[in-house]
Amino acid sequence: MTTRSEVEDLLYLEADLLDAWKLKDWLELYTDDAEYEVPSADLPGDADPAKSLFYIADNRFRLQERVVRLNKKTMWSEYPRSKTRHLVTNVRLLGAENGELRVRAAFAVYRTKWGNTDIYVGSYEYVLRETDAGLKIRKKRAILELDSLRPQGRVSILL
Amino acid sequence: METVTGFIAEDQAQGLFRVARTAFTEESVFRAEYESVFEKCWLYVGHESEVRKNGDFVRRTIAGRNLVFNRDTSGKLNVFFNVCPHRGAEVCREKHGNAKHFQCFYHGWIFGSDGSLKSQPGKERYIADFGAQGRGNLVTVPRFANYRGFCFINFDPTACSIEEYLGNAREYLDLVADQSEAGMVVVSGMQEYSIRANWKLLVENSNDGYHAATTHATYLDYVAKTHVMGNDVALRGIGRELGNGHAVVEYTAPWGRPIANWIPIWGEEGKREMERIHAGLVARHGKDKADRIAFKNRNILIFPNLVVNDIMSLTVRTFYPLKPDLMHVTGWALAPENESEWAREYRLNNFLEFLGPGGFATPDDVEALESCQGGYRNAKEVGVGWNDISKGMGLDPQYDDEVQMRSFWKEWNRRVSAVCK
Ligand code: FES
Ligand SMILES: [Fe+2]
Repeated sequence: MTTRSEVEDLLYLEADLLDAWKLKDWLELYTDDAEYEVPSADLPGDADPAKSLFYIADNRFRLQERVVRLNKKTMWSEYPRSKTRHLVTNVRLLGAENGELRVRAAFAVYRTKWGNTDIYVGSYEYVLRETDAGLKIRKKRAILELDSLRPQGRVSILL
Repeated sequence: METVTGFIAEDQAQGLFRVARTAFTEESVFRAEYESVFEKCWLYVGHESEVRKNGDFVRRTIAGRNLVFNRDTSGKLNVFFNVCPHRGAEVCREKHGNAKHFQCFYHGWIFGSDGSLKSQPGKERYIADFGAQGRGNLVTVPRFANYRGFCFINFDPTACSIEEYLGNAREYLDLVADQSEAGMVVVSGMQEYSIRANWKLLVENSNDGYHAATTHATYLDYVAKTHVMGNDVALRGIGRELGNGHAVVEYTAPWGRPIANWIPIWGEEGKREMERIHAGLVARHGKDKADRIAFKNRNILIFPNLVVNDIMSLTVRTFYPLKPDLMHVTGWALAPENESEWAREYRLNNFLEFLGPGGFATPDDVEALESCQGGYRNAKEVGVGWNDISKGMGLDPQYDDEVQMRSFWKEWNRRVSAVCK
Protein backbone atom coordinates (compact mmCIF):
# COMPACT_ATOMS: atom_id res chain seq x y z
CA MET A 1 0.00 0.00 0.00
CA THR A 2 1.35 3.37 -1.02
CA THR A 3 1.30 5.84 1.85
CA ARG A 4 0.62 9.53 1.70
CA SER A 5 4.19 10.37 2.62
CA GLU A 6 5.45 8.31 -0.31
CA VAL A 7 3.12 10.26 -2.57
CA GLU A 8 4.23 13.56 -1.03
CA ASP A 9 7.88 12.59 -1.57
CA LEU A 10 7.15 12.13 -5.27
CA LEU A 11 5.23 15.40 -5.63
CA TYR A 12 7.86 17.38 -3.73
CA LEU A 13 10.62 15.85 -5.84
CA GLU A 14 8.67 16.79 -8.95
CA ALA A 15 8.31 20.39 -7.73
CA ASP A 16 12.02 20.60 -6.95
CA LEU A 17 13.06 19.28 -10.35
CA LEU A 18 10.78 21.78 -12.10
CA ASP A 19 12.08 24.70 -10.06
CA ALA A 20 15.67 23.62 -10.81
CA TRP A 21 14.77 23.35 -14.55
CA LYS A 22 15.97 19.72 -14.54
CA LEU A 23 13.32 18.87 -17.06
CA LYS A 24 14.80 15.63 -18.43
CA ASP A 25 14.96 14.25 -14.91
CA TRP A 26 11.43 15.51 -14.37
CA LEU A 27 10.21 13.60 -17.43
CA GLU A 28 11.68 10.42 -15.90
CA LEU A 29 8.97 10.63 -13.24
CA TYR A 30 6.31 10.01 -15.92
CA THR A 31 5.17 6.73 -17.48
CA ASP A 32 5.53 6.02 -21.20
CA ASP A 33 1.80 6.58 -21.70
CA ALA A 34 1.68 9.74 -19.59
CA GLU A 35 -0.71 12.65 -20.15
CA TYR A 36 -0.38 16.23 -18.98
CA GLU A 37 -3.33 18.62 -19.20
CA VAL A 38 -4.28 22.17 -18.31
CA PRO A 39 -7.96 22.95 -19.11
CA SER A 40 -8.94 26.51 -20.03
CA ALA A 41 -9.93 28.43 -16.90
CA ASP A 42 -13.62 28.66 -17.86
CA LEU A 43 -14.07 24.90 -18.30
CA PRO A 44 -15.26 22.47 -15.63
CA GLY A 45 -12.36 20.53 -14.09
CA ASP A 46 -13.48 17.26 -15.69
CA ALA A 47 -13.71 18.61 -19.26
CA ASP A 48 -12.60 16.43 -22.19
CA PRO A 49 -9.77 17.79 -24.39
CA ALA A 50 -11.18 15.98 -27.43
CA LYS A 51 -14.32 18.09 -27.14
CA SER A 52 -13.28 21.36 -25.47
CA LEU A 53 -10.47 23.84 -25.97
CA PHE A 54 -7.73 23.47 -23.33
CA TYR A 55 -4.50 25.41 -22.87
CA ILE A 56 -2.53 22.18 -22.85
CA ALA A 57 -3.45 18.55 -23.56
CA ASP A 58 -0.22 16.61 -24.12
CA ASN A 59 0.23 12.92 -24.68
CA ARG A 60 3.62 11.47 -23.82
CA PHE A 61 5.07 12.34 -27.24
CA ARG A 62 4.08 15.99 -27.08
CA LEU A 63 5.10 16.25 -23.45
CA GLN A 64 8.55 15.01 -24.43
CA GLU A 65 8.61 17.56 -27.27
CA ARG A 66 7.56 20.24 -24.80
CA VAL A 67 10.64 19.42 -22.75
CA VAL A 68 12.82 19.45 -25.89
CA ARG A 69 11.42 22.89 -26.69
CA LEU A 70 11.85 24.18 -23.13
CA ASN A 71 15.50 23.18 -23.25
CA LYS A 72 16.25 25.26 -26.35
CA LYS A 73 17.58 28.78 -26.32
CA THR A 74 15.17 29.55 -29.15
CA MET A 75 12.27 28.95 -26.76
CA TRP A 76 12.09 32.69 -26.39
CA SER A 77 9.37 32.89 -23.78
CA GLU A 78 11.40 30.80 -21.33
CA TYR A 79 14.89 31.80 -22.38
CA PRO A 80 16.25 33.57 -20.45
CA ARG A 81 14.55 31.27 -17.99
CA SER A 82 11.98 32.50 -15.55
CA LYS A 83 12.36 31.78 -11.86
CA THR A 84 9.66 29.50 -10.53
CA ARG A 85 8.56 28.05 -7.23
CA HIS A 86 6.01 25.26 -7.11
CA LEU A 87 4.23 24.99 -3.75
CA VAL A 88 2.31 21.75 -3.30
CA THR A 89 0.03 21.11 -0.36
CA ASN A 90 -3.31 19.58 0.79
CA VAL A 91 -2.26 16.22 -0.59
CA ARG A 92 -5.05 13.63 -0.45
CA LEU A 93 -5.20 10.02 -1.62
CA LEU A 94 -8.59 9.54 -3.22
CA GLY A 95 -8.52 5.84 -3.95
CA ALA A 96 -6.76 3.02 -5.76
CA GLU A 97 -7.93 0.92 -8.69
CA ASN A 98 -6.06 -1.51 -10.95
CA GLY A 99 -2.66 -0.56 -9.54
CA GLU A 100 -3.36 3.15 -10.11
CA LEU A 101 -3.78 5.68 -7.37
CA ARG A 102 -5.82 8.86 -7.65
CA VAL A 103 -4.38 11.84 -5.81
CA ARG A 104 -5.49 15.43 -5.41
CA ALA A 105 -3.32 18.30 -4.21
CA ALA A 106 -3.42 22.08 -4.13
CA PHE A 107 -0.77 24.18 -5.83
CA ALA A 108 0.49 27.71 -6.11
CA VAL A 109 3.16 28.28 -8.74
CA TYR A 110 5.07 31.56 -8.77
CA ARG A 111 6.73 32.65 -12.00
CA THR A 112 9.01 35.67 -12.07
CA LYS A 113 10.45 37.23 -15.20
CA TRP A 114 11.29 40.76 -16.38
CA GLY A 115 10.23 42.23 -13.05
CA ASN A 116 6.77 40.61 -12.97
CA THR A 117 5.72 37.89 -10.58
CA ASP A 118 2.64 35.96 -11.66
CA ILE A 119 0.84 33.33 -9.62
CA TYR A 120 -0.91 30.24 -10.94
CA VAL A 121 -3.17 28.69 -8.35
CA GLY A 122 -5.32 25.59 -8.54
CA SER A 123 -5.52 21.89 -7.91
CA TYR A 124 -3.57 18.98 -9.28
CA GLU A 125 -5.32 15.77 -10.13
CA TYR A 126 -2.88 12.92 -10.48
CA VAL A 127 -3.10 9.32 -11.51
CA LEU A 128 -0.03 7.53 -10.14
CA ARG A 129 1.09 4.05 -11.07
CA GLU A 130 3.11 1.56 -9.08
CA THR A 131 5.87 0.24 -11.39
CA ASP A 132 8.99 -1.89 -10.95
CA ALA A 133 10.95 1.36 -11.00
CA GLY A 134 8.78 2.80 -8.22
CA LEU A 135 5.85 5.15 -8.17
CA LYS A 136 5.36 7.05 -11.48
CA ILE A 137 3.02 9.70 -12.80
CA ARG A 138 0.54 8.35 -15.35
CA LYS A 139 -1.47 11.53 -15.61
CA LYS A 140 -1.39 15.03 -14.26
CA ARG A 141 -4.13 17.57 -14.75
CA ALA A 142 -3.52 21.09 -13.41
CA ILE A 143 -6.89 22.77 -12.90
CA LEU A 144 -6.51 26.51 -12.52
CA GLU A 145 -8.69 28.22 -9.93
CA LEU A 146 -8.56 31.45 -11.89
CA ASP A 147 -11.04 33.40 -14.03
CA SER A 148 -8.56 33.67 -16.88
CA LEU A 149 -4.85 33.99 -17.59
CA ARG A 150 -4.87 37.69 -16.77
CA PRO A 151 -2.28 38.85 -16.02
CA GLN A 152 -0.27 35.61 -16.36
CA GLY A 153 -0.71 35.66 -20.15
CA ARG A 154 0.62 32.17 -20.80
CA VAL A 155 1.47 28.76 -19.43
CA SER A 156 4.92 28.55 -20.94
CA ILE A 157 6.32 26.87 -17.82
CA LEU A 158 5.30 23.43 -16.63
CA LEU A 159 2.76 23.73 -13.83
CA MET B 1 10.15 62.95 -50.92
CA GLU B 2 9.45 61.78 -47.42
CA THR B 3 6.10 62.96 -46.18
CA VAL B 4 4.92 62.68 -42.60
CA THR B 5 1.18 62.42 -42.01
CA GLY B 6 0.16 61.92 -38.42
CA PHE B 7 2.10 58.91 -37.17
CA ILE B 8 3.27 57.65 -40.58
CA ALA B 9 6.30 58.68 -42.63
CA GLU B 10 6.27 57.54 -46.24
CA ASP B 11 8.50 57.79 -49.29
CA GLN B 12 7.47 55.51 -52.14
CA ALA B 13 10.63 56.15 -54.20
CA GLN B 14 12.83 55.16 -51.26
CA GLY B 15 10.69 52.18 -50.31
CA LEU B 16 10.11 53.76 -46.94
CA PHE B 17 7.12 53.33 -44.65
CA ARG B 18 7.59 54.11 -40.99
CA VAL B 19 5.32 54.31 -37.97
CA ALA B 20 6.11 56.52 -34.98
CA ARG B 21 6.75 54.41 -31.88
CA THR B 22 4.85 56.91 -29.78
CA ALA B 23 1.75 55.30 -31.34
CA PHE B 24 2.42 52.42 -28.93
CA THR B 25 3.25 54.36 -25.80
CA GLU B 26 1.22 57.55 -25.45
CA GLU B 27 -1.78 57.96 -23.20
CA SER B 28 -3.19 60.53 -25.67
CA VAL B 29 -3.09 57.96 -28.48
CA PHE B 30 -4.79 55.39 -26.28
CA ARG B 31 -7.65 57.83 -25.61
CA ALA B 32 -7.86 58.84 -29.26
CA GLU B 33 -8.16 55.19 -30.25
CA TYR B 34 -11.29 54.76 -28.16
CA GLU B 35 -12.77 57.92 -29.61
CA SER B 36 -11.93 57.39 -33.28
CA VAL B 37 -11.63 53.62 -33.64
CA PHE B 38 -13.41 51.55 -30.99
CA GLU B 39 -16.37 53.91 -30.72
CA LYS B 40 -16.76 54.20 -34.50
CA CYS B 41 -15.91 50.81 -36.03
CA TRP B 42 -17.83 47.55 -36.16
CA LEU B 43 -16.53 45.33 -33.36
CA TYR B 44 -16.84 41.57 -33.01
CA VAL B 45 -19.10 40.58 -30.12
CA GLY B 46 -19.34 36.83 -30.61
CA HIS B 47 -20.47 34.01 -32.84
CA GLU B 48 -24.14 33.16 -33.17
CA SER B 49 -23.41 29.57 -32.13
CA GLU B 50 -22.45 30.78 -28.65
CA VAL B 51 -26.11 31.62 -28.06
CA ARG B 52 -27.61 28.81 -30.06
CA LYS B 53 -30.78 28.11 -28.05
CA ASN B 54 -33.49 30.62 -27.19
CA GLY B 55 -32.58 32.17 -23.84
CA ASP B 56 -28.81 31.52 -24.16
CA PHE B 57 -26.63 34.40 -23.06
CA VAL B 58 -22.96 35.26 -22.64
CA ARG B 59 -21.40 38.25 -20.95
CA ARG B 60 -18.88 40.21 -22.97
CA THR B 61 -16.48 43.07 -22.34
CA ILE B 62 -16.11 45.01 -25.59
CA ALA B 63 -14.12 48.24 -25.71
CA GLY B 64 -14.44 48.41 -21.93
CA ARG B 65 -18.25 48.18 -22.02
CA ASN B 66 -20.08 45.64 -19.92
CA LEU B 67 -22.48 43.80 -22.28
CA VAL B 68 -24.82 40.84 -22.51
CA PHE B 69 -25.16 39.02 -25.83
CA ASN B 70 -28.23 36.80 -25.94
CA ARG B 71 -30.86 35.07 -28.01
CA ASP B 72 -34.24 35.99 -26.58
CA THR B 73 -37.17 33.63 -26.20
CA SER B 74 -38.44 34.65 -29.65
CA GLY B 75 -35.08 33.69 -31.21
CA LYS B 76 -33.85 37.23 -31.85
CA LEU B 77 -30.21 38.12 -31.13
CA ASN B 78 -29.62 41.14 -28.86
CA VAL B 79 -26.72 42.94 -27.26
CA PHE B 80 -27.66 44.86 -24.11
CA PHE B 81 -25.66 47.16 -21.89
CA ASN B 82 -25.40 45.14 -18.69
CA VAL B 83 -26.71 47.83 -16.40
CA CYS B 84 -30.01 48.12 -14.60
CA PRO B 85 -32.17 51.07 -15.72
CA HIS B 86 -33.03 51.65 -12.06
CA ARG B 87 -29.77 52.46 -10.30
CA GLY B 88 -27.18 50.66 -12.27
CA ALA B 89 -26.41 47.20 -10.91
CA GLU B 90 -25.47 44.50 -13.40
CA VAL B 91 -28.57 42.58 -14.43
CA CYS B 92 -26.56 39.59 -15.67
CA ARG B 93 -24.05 38.22 -13.17
CA GLU B 94 -23.17 34.90 -14.73
CA LYS B 95 -20.58 34.45 -17.44
CA HIS B 96 -22.91 32.40 -19.60
CA GLY B 97 -26.10 30.44 -19.26
CA ASN B 98 -29.72 30.24 -20.32
CA ALA B 99 -32.43 32.48 -18.89
CA LYS B 100 -35.94 33.57 -19.78
CA HIS B 101 -35.51 36.53 -17.43
CA PHE B 102 -32.78 38.65 -15.95
CA GLN B 103 -33.39 39.75 -12.40
CA CYS B 104 -31.51 42.65 -10.92
CA PHE B 105 -30.86 41.54 -7.35
CA TYR B 106 -30.45 45.02 -5.91
CA HIS B 107 -34.15 46.03 -5.80
CA GLY B 108 -35.61 43.14 -7.73
CA TRP B 109 -36.59 44.50 -11.12
CA ILE B 110 -37.12 41.69 -13.61
CA PHE B 111 -36.56 41.91 -17.37
CA GLY B 112 -37.59 39.60 -20.17
CA SER B 113 -34.86 38.13 -22.37
CA ASP B 114 -35.85 40.82 -24.89
CA GLY B 115 -34.91 43.47 -22.31
CA SER B 116 -38.43 44.65 -21.51
CA LEU B 117 -39.31 45.39 -17.88
CA LYS B 118 -41.60 42.62 -16.61
CA SER B 119 -41.91 43.35 -12.93
CA GLN B 120 -40.97 46.02 -10.49
CA PRO B 121 -41.47 45.68 -6.71
CA GLY B 122 -43.49 48.64 -5.39
CA LYS B 123 -44.86 49.41 -8.84
CA GLU B 124 -47.77 51.34 -7.33
CA ARG B 125 -45.32 53.97 -6.06
CA TYR B 126 -44.31 54.88 -9.65
CA ILE B 127 -46.38 56.82 -12.16
CA ALA B 128 -48.98 54.72 -13.91
CA ASP B 129 -47.41 54.66 -17.39
CA PHE B 130 -43.86 54.00 -16.19
CA GLY B 131 -43.73 50.74 -18.13
CA ALA B 132 -45.33 52.19 -21.24
CA GLN B 133 -42.72 54.93 -21.39
CA GLY B 134 -40.07 52.25 -21.85
CA ARG B 135 -37.74 53.87 -19.35
CA GLY B 136 -37.55 50.66 -17.35
CA ASN B 137 -36.28 48.53 -20.23
CA LEU B 138 -32.74 47.34 -20.80
CA VAL B 139 -30.96 49.30 -23.49
CA THR B 140 -29.38 47.68 -26.54
CA VAL B 141 -26.13 48.88 -28.11
CA PRO B 142 -26.84 51.29 -30.99
CA ARG B 143 -26.11 48.83 -33.80
CA PHE B 144 -25.99 45.05 -34.12
CA ALA B 145 -25.34 42.94 -37.21
CA ASN B 146 -24.88 39.25 -37.92
CA TYR B 147 -22.64 38.53 -40.89
CA ARG B 148 -22.89 34.79 -41.60
CA GLY B 149 -22.66 33.90 -37.93
CA PHE B 150 -20.04 36.50 -37.01
CA CYS B 151 -21.88 39.02 -34.82
CA PHE B 152 -20.78 42.63 -34.62
CA ILE B 153 -21.82 45.75 -32.74
CA ASN B 154 -21.23 49.41 -33.33
CA PHE B 155 -21.47 52.18 -30.72
CA ASP B 156 -21.96 54.74 -33.49
CA PRO B 157 -25.64 54.92 -34.55
CA THR B 158 -24.64 56.56 -37.85
CA ALA B 159 -22.19 53.85 -38.90
CA CYS B 160 -22.46 52.32 -42.40
CA SER B 161 -23.87 48.79 -42.81
CA ILE B 162 -21.73 45.80 -41.85
CA GLU B 163 -21.68 44.66 -45.49
CA GLU B 164 -20.28 47.97 -46.62
CA TYR B 165 -17.83 48.05 -43.73
CA LEU B 166 -16.47 44.55 -44.41
CA GLY B 167 -16.26 45.21 -48.14
CA ASN B 168 -13.67 42.96 -49.79
CA ALA B 169 -13.09 41.13 -46.51
CA ARG B 170 -16.47 39.40 -46.91
CA GLU B 171 -14.94 37.00 -49.43
CA TYR B 172 -12.57 35.72 -46.73
CA LEU B 173 -15.15 35.40 -43.97
CA ASP B 174 -17.26 33.53 -46.53
CA LEU B 175 -14.40 31.07 -47.02
CA VAL B 176 -14.76 30.30 -43.31
CA ALA B 177 -18.55 30.27 -43.14
CA ASP B 178 -18.69 28.03 -46.24
CA GLN B 179 -16.63 25.28 -44.62
CA SER B 180 -19.76 23.50 -43.43
CA GLU B 181 -23.28 23.29 -44.77
CA ALA B 182 -24.45 22.76 -41.19
CA GLY B 183 -22.82 26.00 -39.99
CA MET B 184 -19.79 26.76 -37.87
CA VAL B 185 -19.69 26.54 -34.08
CA VAL B 186 -17.50 27.87 -31.32
CA VAL B 187 -16.00 25.00 -29.32
CA SER B 188 -16.40 25.25 -25.53
CA GLY B 189 -13.38 26.67 -23.72
CA MET B 190 -12.19 30.24 -24.14
CA GLN B 191 -8.62 31.37 -24.02
CA GLU B 192 -8.63 34.64 -22.13
CA TYR B 193 -5.20 36.05 -21.47
CA SER B 194 -3.31 39.30 -21.31
CA ILE B 195 -0.20 40.63 -22.99
CA ARG B 196 1.89 43.39 -21.49
CA ALA B 197 2.16 45.21 -24.79
CA ASN B 198 0.25 47.58 -27.03
CA TRP B 199 -2.73 46.00 -28.81
CA LYS B 200 -1.53 47.05 -32.27
CA LEU B 201 1.48 44.79 -31.85
CA LEU B 202 -0.92 41.85 -31.87
CA VAL B 203 -2.66 43.23 -34.97
CA GLU B 204 0.67 43.19 -36.78
CA ASN B 205 1.72 39.85 -35.35
CA SER B 206 -1.52 38.06 -36.22
CA ASN B 207 -0.87 38.31 -39.94
CA ASP B 208 2.89 38.50 -39.99
CA GLY B 209 4.33 35.79 -42.22
CA TYR B 210 7.84 37.14 -41.74
CA HIS B 211 8.50 36.17 -38.14
CA ALA B 212 7.85 32.42 -38.23
CA ALA B 213 11.34 31.25 -39.11
CA THR B 214 12.97 32.85 -36.07
CA THR B 215 10.24 33.48 -33.51
CA HIS B 216 8.72 30.04 -34.10
CA ALA B 217 11.92 28.09 -34.70
CA THR B 218 10.99 25.56 -32.00
CA TYR B 219 7.48 25.10 -33.40
CA LEU B 220 8.90 24.56 -36.89
CA ASP B 221 11.36 22.01 -35.44
CA TYR B 222 8.36 20.19 -34.00
CA VAL B 223 6.38 20.42 -37.25
CA ALA B 224 9.38 19.02 -39.13
CA LYS B 225 9.22 15.93 -36.89
CA THR B 226 5.46 15.50 -37.25
CA HIS B 227 3.34 17.22 -39.90
CA VAL B 228 6.08 17.57 -42.52
CA MET B 229 7.02 13.87 -42.56
CA GLY B 230 6.39 12.82 -46.18
CA ASN B 231 4.63 16.11 -46.89
CA ASP B 232 7.11 18.82 -47.69
CA VAL B 233 4.88 21.74 -48.74
CA ALA B 234 6.59 25.14 -48.81
CA LEU B 235 5.32 28.24 -47.03
CA ARG B 236 4.31 30.36 -50.02
CA GLY B 237 1.59 32.85 -50.88
CA ILE B 238 0.46 36.45 -51.04
CA GLY B 239 -0.55 39.39 -48.87
CA ARG B 240 -3.49 41.62 -49.80
CA GLU B 241 -4.94 44.93 -48.72
CA LEU B 242 -8.71 44.66 -48.58
CA GLY B 243 -9.64 48.30 -48.00
CA ASN B 244 -11.01 50.00 -44.84
CA GLY B 245 -7.91 48.72 -43.02
CA HIS B 246 -8.77 45.04 -43.50
CA ALA B 247 -6.09 42.71 -44.82
CA VAL B 248 -5.23 39.08 -45.42
CA VAL B 249 -2.33 36.78 -46.11
CA GLU B 250 -3.14 33.59 -48.01
CA TYR B 251 -0.57 30.81 -48.40
CA THR B 252 0.29 27.13 -48.49
CA ALA B 253 2.04 25.58 -45.50
CA PRO B 254 3.42 22.19 -44.42
CA TRP B 255 0.90 21.54 -41.65
CA GLY B 256 -2.28 19.51 -41.85
CA ARG B 257 -5.67 21.22 -41.80
CA PRO B 258 -8.73 19.45 -40.46
CA ILE B 259 -10.70 21.08 -43.25
CA ALA B 260 -9.32 18.59 -45.70
CA ASN B 261 -5.56 19.01 -45.97
CA TRP B 262 -4.40 15.53 -45.07
CA ILE B 263 -0.89 14.80 -43.83
CA PRO B 264 0.65 11.33 -43.60
CA ILE B 265 0.78 11.17 -39.78
CA TRP B 266 -3.01 11.24 -39.77
CA GLY B 267 -3.04 7.72 -41.20
CA GLU B 268 -5.67 5.93 -43.26
CA GLU B 269 -8.62 6.88 -41.09
CA GLY B 270 -7.64 10.52 -41.41
CA LYS B 271 -7.21 10.16 -45.15
CA ARG B 272 -10.72 8.78 -45.63
CA GLU B 273 -12.13 11.53 -43.43
CA MET B 274 -10.28 14.30 -45.30
CA GLU B 275 -11.36 12.87 -48.68
CA ARG B 276 -14.96 12.78 -47.52
CA ILE B 277 -14.82 16.43 -46.36
CA HIS B 278 -13.09 17.52 -49.57
CA ALA B 279 -15.68 15.77 -51.73
CA GLY B 280 -18.41 17.63 -49.83
CA LEU B 281 -16.65 20.94 -50.43
CA VAL B 282 -16.34 20.17 -54.15
CA ALA B 283 -20.01 19.25 -54.39
CA ARG B 284 -21.09 22.48 -52.71
CA HIS B 285 -18.55 24.96 -54.09
CA GLY B 286 -16.84 23.47 -57.14
CA LYS B 287 -13.25 22.26 -57.28
CA ASP B 288 -11.41 25.59 -57.35
CA LYS B 289 -13.09 27.01 -54.29
CA ALA B 290 -12.95 23.65 -52.50
CA ASP B 291 -9.19 23.45 -53.07
CA ARG B 292 -8.79 26.99 -51.87
CA ILE B 293 -10.72 26.27 -48.67
CA ALA B 294 -8.88 23.01 -48.07
CA PHE B 295 -5.28 23.72 -49.02
CA LYS B 296 -4.75 27.45 -48.44
CA ASN B 297 -4.19 29.09 -45.07
CA ARG B 298 -5.57 32.53 -44.38
CA ASN B 299 -4.77 35.03 -41.65
CA ILE B 300 -7.56 37.57 -41.84
CA LEU B 301 -7.63 40.94 -40.11
CA ILE B 302 -10.93 42.77 -39.87
CA PHE B 303 -10.10 46.32 -38.82
CA PRO B 304 -9.51 47.16 -36.07
CA ASN B 305 -9.13 44.05 -33.91
CA LEU B 306 -10.83 40.93 -35.20
CA VAL B 307 -8.44 38.22 -36.28
CA VAL B 308 -9.67 35.06 -37.94
CA ASN B 309 -6.80 32.70 -38.54
CA ASP B 310 -7.78 29.81 -40.76
CA ILE B 311 -4.53 27.91 -40.40
CA MET B 312 -3.72 24.46 -38.87
CA SER B 313 -6.87 25.06 -36.87
CA LEU B 314 -9.40 27.84 -36.97
CA THR B 315 -9.19 30.58 -34.37
CA VAL B 316 -11.15 33.76 -33.79
CA ARG B 317 -9.43 36.32 -31.62
CA THR B 318 -10.14 39.83 -30.43
CA PHE B 319 -8.34 42.14 -28.03
CA TYR B 320 -8.55 45.55 -26.38
CA PRO B 321 -6.10 47.89 -24.74
CA LEU B 322 -6.51 48.63 -21.03
CA LYS B 323 -3.47 50.88 -21.11
CA PRO B 324 -0.98 51.71 -23.86
CA ASP B 325 1.15 48.77 -22.68
CA LEU B 326 -1.49 46.23 -21.67
CA MET B 327 -4.12 44.33 -23.66
CA HIS B 328 -6.68 41.66 -22.88
CA VAL B 329 -6.99 38.94 -25.51
CA THR B 330 -9.85 36.50 -26.01
CA GLY B 331 -9.47 33.55 -28.36
CA TRP B 332 -11.91 30.86 -29.47
CA ALA B 333 -11.73 27.73 -31.61
CA LEU B 334 -14.25 27.59 -34.44
CA ALA B 335 -15.25 24.33 -36.12
CA PRO B 336 -17.77 22.87 -38.57
CA GLU B 337 -20.78 21.90 -36.51
CA ASN B 338 -21.12 18.51 -38.16
CA GLU B 339 -17.48 17.35 -38.23
CA SER B 340 -16.64 13.87 -36.95
CA GLU B 341 -15.21 13.22 -33.50
CA TRP B 342 -11.98 12.29 -35.21
CA ALA B 343 -11.73 15.64 -37.03
CA ARG B 344 -12.70 17.61 -33.93
CA GLU B 345 -10.02 15.93 -31.88
CA TYR B 346 -7.34 16.59 -34.50
CA ARG B 347 -8.55 20.16 -34.92
CA LEU B 348 -8.15 20.82 -31.19
CA ASN B 349 -4.83 19.01 -31.16
CA ASN B 350 -3.53 21.20 -33.97
CA PHE B 351 -4.83 24.25 -32.15
CA LEU B 352 -2.99 23.44 -28.95
CA GLU B 353 0.24 22.58 -30.72
CA PHE B 354 0.55 26.08 -32.10
CA LEU B 355 -1.98 28.45 -30.62
CA GLY B 356 -2.89 29.84 -27.27
CA PRO B 357 -1.17 30.39 -23.95
CA GLY B 358 0.17 26.83 -23.72
CA GLY B 359 0.95 26.27 -27.40
CA PHE B 360 4.38 25.80 -28.95
CA ALA B 361 4.15 29.19 -30.70
CA THR B 362 1.86 31.79 -29.11
CA PRO B 363 3.91 32.24 -25.91
CA ASP B 364 6.87 33.22 -28.09
CA ASP B 365 4.68 35.76 -29.93
CA VAL B 366 3.71 37.17 -26.55
CA GLU B 367 7.38 37.39 -25.60
CA ALA B 368 8.18 39.16 -28.90
CA LEU B 369 5.40 41.69 -28.43
CA GLU B 370 6.44 42.42 -24.86
CA SER B 371 10.00 42.77 -26.08
CA CYS B 372 8.92 45.38 -28.66
CA GLN B 373 7.05 47.25 -25.95
CA GLY B 374 10.27 47.20 -23.91
CA GLY B 375 12.15 48.69 -26.86
CA TYR B 376 9.56 51.45 -27.20
CA ARG B 377 10.66 52.87 -23.88
CA ASN B 378 13.12 54.66 -26.16
CA ALA B 379 10.33 55.97 -28.41
CA LYS B 380 11.10 59.62 -27.82
CA GLU B 381 14.87 59.46 -28.35
CA VAL B 382 16.47 60.80 -31.50
CA GLY B 383 17.11 58.16 -34.17
CA VAL B 384 15.08 55.38 -32.51
CA GLY B 385 11.56 56.79 -32.80
CA TRP B 386 10.27 54.81 -35.79
CA ASN B 387 9.29 51.26 -36.79
CA ASP B 388 10.20 50.19 -40.34
CA ILE B 389 7.26 48.51 -42.08
CA SER B 390 8.50 48.65 -45.66
CA LYS B 391 9.09 45.01 -46.56
CA GLY B 392 7.86 44.26 -50.08
CA MET B 393 7.14 47.88 -51.08
CA GLY B 394 7.03 48.25 -54.85
CA LEU B 395 7.17 44.47 -55.32
CA ASP B 396 4.58 41.75 -55.88
CA PRO B 397 3.24 41.24 -52.36
CA GLN B 398 4.35 37.94 -50.81
CA TYR B 399 2.73 36.37 -47.73
CA ASP B 400 5.80 37.29 -45.67
CA ASP B 401 5.87 40.95 -46.70
CA GLU B 402 4.30 43.79 -44.74
CA VAL B 403 1.66 45.13 -47.12
CA GLN B 404 -1.13 43.85 -44.83
CA MET B 405 0.31 45.84 -41.93
CA ARG B 406 0.58 49.00 -44.01
CA SER B 407 -3.08 48.53 -44.83
CA PHE B 408 -3.97 48.53 -41.13
CA TRP B 409 -1.71 51.44 -40.30
CA LYS B 410 -3.05 53.71 -43.03
CA GLU B 411 -6.62 53.29 -41.81
CA TRP B 412 -5.59 53.58 -38.16
CA ASN B 413 -3.63 56.74 -38.91
CA ARG B 414 -6.47 58.29 -40.89
CA ARG B 415 -8.75 57.87 -37.90
CA VAL B 416 -6.43 58.52 -34.97
CA SER B 417 -4.41 61.40 -36.35
CA ALA B 418 -7.68 63.25 -36.99
CA VAL B 419 -8.16 63.55 -33.22
CA CYS B 420 -4.60 63.27 -31.90
CA LYS B 421 -1.32 64.75 -33.11
S1 FES C 1 -30.50 48.83 -9.36
FE1 FES C 1 -31.57 47.25 -10.36
S2 FES C 1 -33.45 47.13 -9.30
FE2 FES C 1 -32.41 48.77 -8.35
FE1 LIG D 1 3.56 34.09 -34.37
